Amino acid sequence: MLHIINKSPYDRPSFDSALKTGEGAILLIEDGVYAAAKGGAAETKLKAATGKFKFYALAVDLEARGIADRVIDGVTTIDYAGFVDLVAEYKTNQSWL
Amino acid sequence: MFVNRKAPYGTIYAWESLEVVLIAAAFEQDVSMAFLDDGVYQLKKGHNTKGIEVKAFEKTFGALEDYDVTKIYVDQESLSERGLTTDDLALPSRCSPVPILAS
Repeated sequence: MLHIINKSPYDRPSFDSALKTGEGAILLIEDGVYAAAKGGAAETKLKAATGKFKFYALAVDLEARGIADRVIDGVTTIDYAGFVDLVAEYKTNQSWL
Repeated sequence: MFVNRKAPYGTIYAWESLEVVLIAAAFEQDVSMAFLDDGVYQLKKGHNTKGIEVKAFEKTFGALEDYDVTKIYVDQESLSERGLTTDDLALPSRCSPVPILAS
């Protein structure tokens, strides 16, 4: 399953909850991209889950927030076309609210 | 004092706060701003919002000192939790070194 997360991991529990669901892919968009930034408390959680999940982050949202230069290794940055490809690739999607 | 706790762009809160601050300052109110929790992200340097097609904050924050808004407080704990330091922040040049809210 592809999990789409648009909330900051420091503000809402959706990132943590998605990590508990098992395995698949997690796409970080909007404020969700803060989970992909190096140095924060979310980095440890993300790194611990790289065996279970593939991580993606939307480049335009990283750039807007000034964190495109500090993306955690192991997170793939994608553009809007990549977003569409991901959604098509996975049979099921969950947009976390 | 205006307390800013929300990240920029994902919601409209941060932008609305900045507008209210500028309006209050234009009416010569004694304005100060506190940034904590995800609010510290509003001050992060290097926003490039071309891709999401919304106006970036950095320039408008720069206008704060023209309105004599120089009392800006940033929570150290919120910065560290997010892997940020005061060097990562874009603050109006006339703002003195950032005072810290909580220890």
